[in-house]
Amino acid sequence: MTLDTLSDWARRLQAREISSRELAELYLGRIERLDAGINSFVTVTPELALAAADAADRRLAKGEQAPLLGLPVAQKDIFCTQGVRTSCGSKMLDAFVAPYDATVVERMNAAGAVMLGKTNMDEFAMGSSNETSYYGPVRNPWDPERVPGGSSGGSAAAVAARLVPAATGTDTGGSIRQPAAFCGVTGIKPTYGRVSRYGMIAFASSLDQGGPMAASAEDCARMLNAMAGFDPRDSTSVERPVEDFTAGLARDLKDLRIGLPREFFGEGLDADMRRVVQDALAVLRERGAKLVEVSLPNSGLSVPAYYVVAPAECSSNLARYDGVRYGHRCADPRDLMDLYMRSRAEGFGAEVKRRIMIGTYVLSAGYYDAYYLKAQKVRRLIADDFRRAFEQVDVIAGPTSPELPFRLGEKSADPIRMYLSDIYTIAVNLAGLPGLSMPAGTIGNLPVGLQLIGNYFDEARLLNVAHQFQQETGWHQRMPAAFA
Amino acid sequence: MEWETVIGLEIHAQLNTASKIFSGAATAYGAEPNRQACAVDLGLPGVLPVLNAAVVRKAVMLGLAIDAEIAPRSVFARKNYFYPDLPKGYQISQYELPIVARGHLEIDLEDGGRKRIGITRAHLEEDAGKSVHEGFGAMTGIDLNRAGTPLVEIVSEPDLRSAKEAVAYMKKLHALVRYLGICDGNMQEGSFRCDANVSVRPKGQQAFGTRAEIKNLNSFRFVERAINFEVERQIDLLESGGTVVQETRLYDPDRDETRSMRSKEEANDYRYFPDPDLLPVTIHAQDIESVRGEMPELPDAKRERFIRDYALSVYDAGTLTATRELADYYEAVVAGCDAPKLAANWLMGDFTAALNRSELEVGQSPVAPQALAQLLTRIQDETISGKIAKEVFDAMWAGEGDADRIIAARGLKQITDTGAIDRIIDEVIAANPSQLEQYRSGKDKLFGFFVGQVMKKTQGKANPAQVNERLRARLQGD
Amino acid sequence: MSLTSDEVRRIAHLARLAVDDREAEGFAAALSDIFDFVETLNAAEIEGVEPMAHPLDAEQRLRPDTVTEPDQRELFQAIAPAVENGVYLVPRVIE
Repeated sequence: MTLDTLSDWARRLQAREISSRELAELYLGRIERLDAGINSFVTVTPELALAAADAADRRLAKGEQAPLLGLPVAQKDIFCTQGVRTSCGSKMLDAFVAPYDATVVERMNAAGAVMLGKTNMDEFAMGSSNETSYYGPVRNPWDPERVPGGSSGGSAAAVAARLVPAATGTDTGGSIRQPAAFCGVTGIKPTYGRVSRYGMIAFASSLDQGGPMAASAEDCARMLNAMAGFDPRDSTSVERPVEDFTAGLARDLKDLRIGLPREFFGEGLDADMRRVVQDALAVLRERGAKLVEVSLPNSGLSVPAYYVVAPAECSSNLARYDGVRYGHRCADPRDLMDLYMRSRAEGFGAEVKRRIMIGTYVLSAGYYDAYYLKAQKVRRLIADDFRRAFEQVDVIAGPTSPELPFRLGEKSADPIRMYLSDIYTIAVNLAGLPGLSMPAGTIGNLPVGLQLIGNYFDEARLLNVAHQFQQETGWHQRMPAAFA
Repeated sequence: MEWETVIGLEIHAQLNTASKIFSGAATAYGAEPNRQACAVDLGLPGVLPVLNAAVVRKAVMLGLAIDAEIAPRSVFARKNYFYPDLPKGYQISQYELPIVARGHLEIDLEDGGRKRIGITRAHLEEDAGKSVHEGFGAMTGIDLNRAGTPLVEIVSEPDLRSAKEAVAYMKKLHALVRYLGICDGNMQEGSFRCDANVSVRPKGQQAFGTRAEIKNLNSFRFVERAINFEVERQIDLLESGGTVVQETRLYDPDRDETRSMRSKEEANDYRYFPDPDLLPVTIHAQDIESVRGEMPELPDAKRERFIRDYALSVYDAGTLTATRELADYYEAVVAGCDAPKLAANWLMGDFTAALNRSELEVGQSPVAPQALAQLLTRIQDETISGKIAKEVFDAMWAGEGDADRIIAARGLKQITDTGAIDRIIDEVIAANPSQLEQYRSGKDKLFGFFVGQVMKKTQGKANPAQVNERLRARLQGD
Repeated sequence: MSLTSDEVRRIAHLARLAVDDREAEGFAAALSDIFDFVETLNAAEIEGVEPMAHPLDAEQRLRPDTVTEPDQRELFQAIAPAVENGVYLVPRVIE
């Protein structure tokens, strides 16, 4: 049996060559056989999946069409799923069965998706290696001694190992793109406001954005068609019509201007990585794109600015986990203070606590201006850099990550080194722009990602460029041998 | 030493919307615990706030009514602190950029003068839930029905100089929000609550003294008593060589005292920052004009109009416009009987007394304004006397029907036929020859006796003016 | 910049996180390093720059004032650690 893309499976479902139930069973079987080695799922939901598949089969039989009708997907465990545990990778929510569906889940279900389960992730999406999960680290299907990236490491690894054809991710500082790069899959973080955040458990509200992860740009476009769109329940959701993201995939790249930020190709970037990225850019140039050097002079400030803004928002967003209405409550609290202090100390892991501490500190009396306000101003500088660059070019390209997937435990003791692994992705979140990562080559057996950054609401262009690249190259079709 | 009191009030008024400020849950008072707390109010993981349009509209109304600046751009911020009735661990409020700023209100002073009280700002925020301390043993129960109810917090300048001024200001604001129809003003249910910042300073000193913030003031009477207690406490403290500590104090109405809430003091650091889940609220000039077009007549303007149009005294006009309900009732009565002064006397007299006796609000009166107008018309057209009218009014209040029906049923129609009155007068005179003798020999006081006898014989139905006139003529005559 | 264990305890208390002495020292060291790193922001030319709180320059959308949420108390309280007669229970709050 070949393991096809969403688009292929959709065609075969419509042609009745396979039923949705058979398809779900196929992937559920793979999860059962193969996930133990990579720990990409926190919860598998076979009964629900088969019921959804049967419902999809009935709709297919009636000749209905919907973007994800009958197609198996996985949800990152940050999206609330009614009646299914939604842990966010935390002990705090280990027993939290969500009483409602996130808008993304609702939309994907309505589009006919068949959810197989919930994928592992860094605790509350805070991490770049998937090592902070309460449910243990996810391992990279290309090398189980290495990390899959984070925080959407479970989704990336599951798609890379073809345990599911596509999954959702969320990206606050690179959490879709970096694991996509580390695992050799395609993922896109849409423009802030494109995809509803309702029901997507908040890490840093002004940066978080959900998006698809799949084996190809075409599959991402198909998923995004179901995920994106205005949501009246999210004040930051953008009220504008959503185009069909698959419609422009075939557009050629003639006269496309691609900007290469000189800051993304400086020191810090490994020579082999540079070579792979430049080879990939050459493919785009051969298809008609023009490569232009641009500058993002403040991008070096993006990581420190991010480590003020994101923890500040997280410290407030995570205050609701107090052991009163849901979530972990410590045993036999002496008094209210003890209930708070111990429930939170027991429920949160080390990295989450560290970020809550940073955020509490930077917002506290006397430090607000020196940290938070300053970071917000730097944020504007970073956004302005992009604005100027997009006056010259249509798309910006560069490496997704400065390095290959690192070994488990390699950086756990050094938070700042860990934070710097998101150096090329974070600025995009601060500005709110769309960004995509796709497999662009390998070093040894390990995948290397190419990042494409678009102007606001230009997701279709990013998907188009990636799709054109994937017409020419086979990197996105590679599969780790152990999972073939 | 002579001391001067300085008071500023922070008033929380619940805006009377159908749904909450950031969610679609109902705001009705008195539901079973947590039945009106939806996912957003509970702060479930992943939920997000969306602002209620009516809340913005009501805030703009308030801003216009206090002649304030309406911010073209205002921002919601998070006020971070842990408390079990605060589900998200932060309250969504406004901090640096409130929706309304720099307004004022004029209050009437006891000496008949007026004083302008500055209003620093009015900002929008969500209410917290309630803690229930009784009935759960060693535990406290948390009811989040109230969580997310819209509040406007109205902060005055420290312009108030006595407890009486503070109460006058609070009453004025209370009447105003009810006039505007933006708050039901129900103080028992907590819809209109007050915190008072109180300090004293030697008379003539510019700098403010150290202030104490008194919480939990949910009636006009408590505001007055708490401030008076606190002022005395501070003066005693200062005069005995002590110093006032800046702190939060709680008013205990049972003991009529304020006491320190040090248990809650522990260095609050609210870590305000703009709420990233909400965008800046933009109010355009045309939005303001649209609200202005819907503004009801405000109390001061209505009072002036009553003085002008109905020839009422300043006092009467002030009393009748104290609440919008009474003013509306009054105007409905006048519309039906064209006797503005008579209507004013009746409303401030028998009507208000009856309401008080029955413990009812104007809106709950069993006598409709049209019915009262009919009664007053019967006084005007001399069908009944003012005295008989009181009896008819009581019967109307008791539900016996309208004025005409009661007058007919009880035979209360006034006797205005001079022939009939003369006959009764003659009978009375004939029956009291000795009193007649005394009257005629100069004992004028006996005139009242004869009036009384005539009214008694007619069961009060004779027209009193006619009785006077005819009787005087008869007694002096022949 | 270096944070003391006392400062860490103050922050931990504000954030309602119990920390023992060993953790407090660990946080003091880690947070000090992170704040040193964040100090690089001081190099930025931010004179006259408007702070950016939101990625998109948009305004708040308003929701019509209608009741849309039904009572789901039983569903919501099924996941609560302690409830009685419809209220959430916490150790007694002293006012």
